[in-house]
Amino acid sequence: MNLCATMKVSRSVITRWLPVAVILLLLAARPASAANHTVPAPIPDTLQQRIAACTSCHGDHGQGSADSHFFPRLAGKPASYLARQLQYFQSGQRKYAPMQYIVQPLSPAYMREIADYFSSQQVPYKSSPVPTLPAAVLQRGEQIVTQGDSAAKLPPCQSCHGRQLTGVEPNIPGLVGLPYDYVSSQLGSWRTGTRASTAPDCMAQIANRLSPDDITAVSAWLASQQPASDAHAQAAGSVTPPLRCGVLAAKGDGA
Amino acid sequence: MKWLRRALILLLLLVVMVVGWLFLRRDHAEPLPRAMRTISDATLKDPALIARGEYLAKAGDCSVCHTMPGGQPYAGGRAVVTPFGEIPSPNITPDNDTGLGRWNFEDFWRALHSGIGRHGELLYPAFSYTAFTKVHPADTLAIFAYLRSLPPVHQTSGRPNLRFPYSVRDILIGWRLLYFREGQYQADAKQSAQWNRGAYLVQGLGHCNECHDARNALGAISSQQLLSGGEIPAQNWYAPDLSTRTNGGLQGWSSKDIVKLLKTGQSAKGVAFGPMAEVVTESTQHLADDDLQAIAVYLQSLPARTMADVPKDVFNHKAQADQGETVYDQQCAGCHGKDGNGVAGIYPPLNANASVTEPSGMNATRIVLLGGFAPGTMGNPRSYSMPPYAQQLGDADVAAVESYIRQAWSNHAPPVQERDVSKYRTTPVD
Repeated sequence: MNLCATMKVSRSVITRWLPVAVILLLLAARPASAANHTVPAPIPDTLQQRIAACTSCHGDHGQGSADSHFFPRLAGKPASYLARQLQYFQSGQRKYAPMQYIVQPLSPAYMREIADYFSSQQVPYKSSPVPTLPAAVLQRGEQIVTQGDSAAKLPPCQSCHGRQLTGVEPNIPGLVGLPYDYVSSQLGSWRTGTRASTAPDCMAQIANRLSPDDITAVSAWLASQQPASDAHAQAAGSVTPPLRCGVLAAKGDGA
Repeated sequence: MKWLRRALILLLLLVVMVVGWLFLRRDHAEPLPRAMRTISDATLKDPALIARGEYLAKAGDCSVCHTMPGGQPYAGGRAVVTPFGEIPSPNITPDNDTGLGRWNFEDFWRALHSGIGRHGELLYPAFSYTAFTKVHPADTLAIFAYLRSLPPVHQTSGRPNLRFPYSVRDILIGWRLLYFREGQYQADAKQSAQWNRGAYLVQGLGHCNECHDARNALGAISSQQLLSGGEIPAQNWYAPDLSTRTNGGLQGWSSKDIVKLLKTGQSAKGVAFGPMAEVVTESTQHLADDDLQAIAVYLQSLPARTMADVPKDVFNHKAQADQGETVYDQQCAGCHGKDGNGVAGIYPPLNANASVTEPSGMNATRIVLLGGFAPGTMGNPRSYSMPPYAQQLGDADVAAVESYIRQAWSNHAPPVQERDVSKYRTTPVD
């Protein structure tokens, strides 16, 4: 009886503790077996990793893609400007199907974070190819950009986009370091209404005062400029826009 | 052949219409319970009722169709694209002239439950009353109270722009006889309360079957297998089968996976994209955990499916298979893994993923071309994304890599043809 009872106890002790022992053994063995497998590198928990859909065209640092002749530089553009463009793509106010599709599921906070990221990037400007045009065309482009054309009621681009054409905080984009095709297609879009801004839409007015030849001239001259590599957007309030613009206050700052 | 089939069905419809005309009156609608025929203003202003209505309007994903991109919520104007033409969604804010301002609850009930407009006109089933008919009057009332509480927006929606003969509304008499079964959801006493709640949400307000089932040439759901997957007409997206059992599109999905996808837009098994991304951001992420759980329980009860035919010639030729694998190794394996299993919660698996293996191949093709972010939700606000490959890869490369993915690992789906890739080189935006 006694022996039997002792055996029973010891058996129950074994059955109770055996699984625990096995688990402990397995746990002890785990690191060794894990080390034997090739574990893929963990996916970095960074914004840059998350926004592969953006960087595949605009570059890891928003430097643009000069080879594409189209995808614009985002680096260093004012964050408010970039965030506003993402909102415009989402609402359809600015139309470019691939961008509209990409931004559709993003929250305002996420779009702002992405805008901040690209805005804070500092990478050298890279120029992209410009079509071969007569010198007179480039001169006309330079004239519009730096002096404007009062007969055509065109203010100089510099009057809003900054002396170095690198933009003005917080809402005016830089115009240099962008591909020719991009600049000319934007000016075309302002005319056809596939790109628009808050009313009164001053850029739409200006684009409609440009002739098609002027668009070629302005785009070619802008695309052929090589700005200083450390050029930044000018400080807020440092320009006085000659036209009323819905997104700008009197001094070209936030409205 | 398609036009011939359509013509024949149309002829049949005309006959049915004439017969139907003899005994079917337009206002032949299931009546409201007597107590609900007149609703006091005080009831409609009850904050608790309005709050419940807001929740139910989210469950019904109403705002997605009834809001223009960038427009005022519920003010309508978004074009619902169908194979028969476009139908702009109506303004359902309480504006007197352009919205629901002059509607009473009975009008609203007739629209949702019977598909009949305020002036007795038959509504086009682009408005999913084929599903909303299942909604109980108490819930319909809550939604009505919520819509009445919105700020009125004065905005006229355009008229439907449909081709003849679809432009003749009365053609719907025949369509309704054939395809519309009016009636509230009837609980299945053999099932649990949770299952019934899930079925009610999925079949009724959620109107899931409107996309997740095949439609015939007249835009009607004629399949007998609920939620068995189908191409979304005119949108070029395939809404996969939702069965979690053998051969189901969600085979192997736990209820946790289902809830996670509906709540955050992403689970370890897959990511919502295309029209479903919008469903998650606007609707399902706002649902209570109990309701999501109920939906999962219901979906898990969907029956096993028969195995799809496995094509014999999986590739056009060996060279295409090699080309596909090369492209995969260069462009895809870095995130989705050589084993196709992805990274749980970040990059979806391509192995045993219904969106990869759905019969048409259009989803996978479009995803490769378009890339994009997983839905941005409260549960996943900073989603990871995939680059668009439309610029980088030609049609032959896309077809090759798709065909490879659809045949690799445990996948056995037909290859994608090069000519089909160019068909999907359009970007779906309004």
